[in-house]
Amino acid sequence: MAQAGASAAASPRGRLGYYFPTLAIAVGVILAWEILVLAFDIQQFLLPKPSAIFSEFMHQVSLWLAPGERSILFESSGATFWEAFGGFIIGCGGGVLVALITSRWTIVSEATMPFAIAANSVPIIAFAPIMNNWFGITNPASKMAIVAIIVFFPTMINTVRGLTLVDASQLELMRSYAAAPRDILLKLRIPNALPYMFSAFRVASALSLIGAVVAEFFGGPRATLGVYITQEASAFDFAKAWTAIMMASIIGISFYLVVLYVERRLMPWHASLRDSG
Amino acid sequence: MADSRDIAISAQDINKIFNPGSDEEVVALQDINLEIEAGEFISLIGPSGCGKSTLMRLIGDLLQPSSGELLVNGKSPRQSRLDRDYGMVFQAATLYEWRSVTKNVQLPLEVMGYAGDERQQRAQAMLDMVELGAFAKHFPWQLSGGMQQRVSIARALAFDPSVLLMDEPFGALDEFTRERMNLQLLKIWNQTGKTIIFVTHSISEAVFLSNRIVVMSPRPGRITEIVDNTLPYPRDFNTRSDPAYIQLVARVRDLLRDAIGSGAANDGEAE
Repeated sequence: MAQAGASAAASPRGRLGYYFPTLAIAVGVILAWEILVLAFDIQQFLLPKPSAIFSEFMHQVSLWLAPGERSILFESSGATFWEAFGGFIIGCGGGVLVALITSRWTIVSEATMPFAIAANSVPIIAFAPIMNNWFGITNPASKMAIVAIIVFFPTMINTVRGLTLVDASQLELMRSYAAAPRDILLKLRIPNALPYMFSAFRVASALSLIGAVVAEFFGGPRATLGVYITQEASAFDFAKAWTAIMMASIIGISFYLVVLYVERRLMPWHASLRDSG
Repeated sequence: MADSRDIAISAQDINKIFNPGSDEEVVALQDINLEIEAGEFISLIGPSGCGKSTLMRLIGDLLQPSSGELLVNGKSPRQSRLDRDYGMVFQAATLYEWRSVTKNVQLPLEVMGYAGDERQQRAQAMLDMVELGAFAKHFPWQLSGGMQQRVSIARALAFDPSVLLMDEPFGALDEFTRERMNLQLLKIWNQTGKTIIFVTHSISEAVFLSNRIVVMSPRPGRITEIVDNTLPYPRDFNTRSDPAYIQLVARVRDLLRDAIGSGAANDGEAE
């Protein structure tokens, strides 16, 4: 496994060199944004300066750290993260489980796949008001349910693919060993499905945060990012709204990176194949 | 063949028809009669479509014959498969990319319920035999094509099956690597005494390796001739310049030319 990571990112300098263009672009965009807002004298409620967003963010950090004070922004971020994370776990777990069950019987999985693919194209977020009625508008379960449904279908579809698209010779090899179905599942089908599953998890990590925030636009407790953004925007406090958007982005990107990290730890063979090929 | 020796594989009047009764009906094998003694190295050679792989797969119970009797070690191919009599090597190494080299070799042992210690010992012994002992902890993608194929041979031998079925195992390798692998395979055969069924479309490979060469012709797949190869073992690099070797290569080539010719003639008749 030691050899697996020994590619471009071996030395600290190599790693810095590797990420430098990306960082340069990020810094460049933020600088250009700041300069353009100043140069064209754009009204703060239309587009606040990055520096204004940042100072609002630092203000929220100081509130969060100060004893006896509250930062609604950080409370909202926490609440929204848990909705997204809970929905992610339920939806992805359910997707993998259903895939495992249906792939046990080829007929069942072939019969359910068209429905799963169709359901995957449905704008699930349209159910948000219904979930609010079912679970209660302030109950995090209403948002988790939306997130879970959104991530369920891509996870299930990809997992079924990974379990069934197995190399014919590798299956024949198992047959020549007179292997039990359980061994074929555990030693061949599931490892074969892992890359498919993780590519679904990566998509799901981004979808889950989008789902949670958008579901909150339809109503929710005060301390959630979706509600925070709608309220601050309607109060014309755009620096606050943008700070919340920034928090949502940070959570979304971190979530994605964590999934990516777990994938690379779990499947060094796959990450290295992808890098070299 | 002498009665005193054990018969490993006996095929009597084997036919294999794919999609019988439909428009896509294909007679893959017709009237196959073949007896293979235990410990023989048999090459099946012929042009594409002659059914050589199909015959190997019938023996290995990956396919079932349409008619005829096929016995492996005196049992049905299915029983032999359940008894784990077959080690298989395909053209692609088909290693599990998520497993290290040693774990790949241990795969059949895990499936067959060997204890952890014995798995490791056997895997190491097999890897030493294919001269990859130092690569046990590597992953397949870190090895060359020839090395991967050696791992797959080690994997096929790990559980000590009595019959080794090899379907064009060196077909994807370059000429130099292939010749080195041929030598190594002969060494392994000498050490283990396995019965080897070796499918190939390389004449020189078939003549170099086997003690009998089954020449097959296409449409329908039939045995044209079974050529005895009396070149003495051990064979080495010099064997390929032996006049007897060169003569035998020429003979097999002639037989194959006839085989393809008769196949083409049959095509003509069909139209």
